Amino acid sequence: MAASTPVAPAGGPAGKPPAPGAHDAGAPPRRRALLHRLDVRGAPYAFVAPFFVVFAAFSFYPLVYTSWISLHRVELATMNVMEWVAFDNYVALWEDERFWNAVGNTITLGVISTVPQLLMALGLAHLLNYRMRGSTFFRVAALTPYATSVGAAALVFTMLFERDFGMINWMLGLFGFDNVDFENNKWAAQIAISTIVIWRWTGYNALLYLAAMQAVPRERYEAAAIDGASRWQQFLTVTVPGIRSTIVFTIVLSTIGATQLFGEPLIFGQGPNGITGGADNQYQTLGLLLYEEGWKNYQMGRAATVAWVMFLLLVLVLVVQRLIRRAASRRSGPTRSIAS
Amino acid sequence: MTTDSLPVRAEHGPGAVQESPGRARRRPMMRMRAGRQHHAGPLAYVLLALAALTSLFPLYWTMVAASTDNTRVTQTPPPLLPGPNLFENLARAWDEAAMGKAMINSLIVAGCIALATVLFATLAGFAFAKLRFKARNVLLMLVIGTMMVPPQLSVVPLFMMMSDLGWGQKLPAVIFPTLVSAVGVFFMRQYLTEALPDELVEAGRVDGAHSLRIFWSIVLPIARPAMSVLFMITFVHAWNDFFWPFIALDMSNPTVPVALTQLSAGYIRDQSLIMAGALLGTLPLLAMFVVFGRQIVGGIMQGAVKG
Repeated sequence: MAASTPVAPAGGPAGKPPAPGAHDAGAPPRRRALLHRLDVRGAPYAFVAPFFVVFAAFSFYPLVYTSWISLHRVELATMNVMEWVAFDNYVALWEDERFWNAVGNTITLGVISTVPQLLMALGLAHLLNYRMRGSTFFRVAALTPYATSVGAAALVFTMLFERDFGMINWMLGLFGFDNVDFENNKWAAQIAISTIVIWRWTGYNALLYLAAMQAVPRERYEAAAIDGASRWQQFLTVTVPGIRSTIVFTIVLSTIGATQLFGEPLIFGQGPNGITGGADNQYQTLGLLLYEEGWKNYQMGRAATVAWVMFLLLVLVLVVQRLIRRAASRRSGPTRSIAS
Repeated sequence: MTTDSLPVRAEHGPGAVQESPGRARRRPMMRMRAGRQHHAGPLAYVLLALAALTSLFPLYWTMVAASTDNTRVTQTPPPLLPGPNLFENLARAWDEAAMGKAMINSLIVAGCIALATVLFATLAGFAFAKLRFKARNVLLMLVIGTMMVPPQLSVVPLFMMMSDLGWGQKLPAVIFPTLVSAVGVFFMRQYLTEALPDELVEAGRVDGAHSLRIFWSIVLPIARPAMSVLFMITFVHAWNDFFWPFIALDMSNPTVPVALTQLSAGYIRDQSLIMAGALLGTLPLLAMFVVFGRQIVGGIMQGAVKG
């Protein structure tokens, strides 16, 4: 490297003495100083570059390109032929009953899978936070569903929720209830699907809450106890505010997950019916609609439109959540700064 | 307790605690004594036992169903104890449902993704934790911001891109888009901020080592425990990833979750075969949890947002 370029003329005894063990001890001092500066300045960027390069190539660029495709008619078999149709895809989607049905299903499924999940995770984290025997076992057990793939979890729950021989109906039968048709009844199907989501993610969220709870300074509990707060009041006035930013973080992540719901309803619908989300689209989500448009109806432009609308919907929901949080924190007086 | 799988925290020198942007406020010493105020009462044990039962029962039942035959599984009341056909069903799932090929594919995909994620996350995490550069805070916020972009939204152009590259239905199509992870970068940064003393990096500089050399001989040995936890967590995610592999791959060359959809789509539904496939696809991760569960739990809590 040093030989290929002219040596800097002013290097010499005036420069710093070479450091012991320098990797390029042969180069003149000034040149080495330059290399050193280059290294100190440039290396950080080089180290973070792989992340940004891959993200730009496989996430950011496709996301932007999605909006461009959504303005075209593109068929799966001839993907290089793009016919400009302006906003036709959006208009068609707006007038499509299935789209509004999917929006509704995505929202209801999102709510009934996220809200109980996070509340249960909060309770579970509180329990795990006790000093006790076997805490490692309980933590690992709570996390085990997270190790189960959507595929396997959905298959097992589909069977547990089976109309004729499923275990859930058997247990309902013990209490004198009739068998529920979890597949064809809209709300029963949505409850079954959200059960899969709740089962897989509650333990994971509980561990995030637990980690945050352990960082809440003990003095705050002692102060609350001196003020005569009961344990439940301590939970509400010390624990929950103390882990506030973690709660916000999990709400945001679960919301993102909920808008993308795909595998659970697909597999719950058992193959052929899965893409349409049941015989009457009773649990078709936007994710399933995207797939149906693109890979069943071969309309990639329409699929891109659905994807872009999903993104807008997600942004909208997050903004609304943020406004609610802001309003809530204004009402409850000055609080510590909230991240995100 | 949860961090004891990770090495002893290095002492912080003066100025070692850096002002971190966003929500990453750390109170390392506090965590040891804060929080756990009460002993668990009987009710807490009962509730926790119920939670553990709920978590584990579906997996247990997968095993029960996979070890009987179709007629017994579909009886009422359903069987609760394992039957004699476990290995026969597993072997059938391995052959008939192409689970063998799927498992090898998943091993390759999850292995590559986990290795690359760990390497790139450690590099970036080190830079964000210990190196000074102008755009550091902006870029870190950008990394955190990328968590808000769900990868599912990019599938249409990604699908076109992969077929242009000639990777349609091939494993690189599912490996490349997932080579990096924002959560991983954040996780390694958190860890190295605490575990890597500034003095060591400074000492390396004084000795004239260049940045890559410092990374190789100083950062890597210290980061190793966190790297192995990140490897396992990423492996779990990559093994279970569904939406994009389902689109990018087909049944001739599936990963495990993709192959599992095929199992449920058959016209003749052999329930114990389906459950055997589900069990087979979950076993590697379950084994990992049995051996390293404590470390994975510790890792997830370590990477959590605090405060």
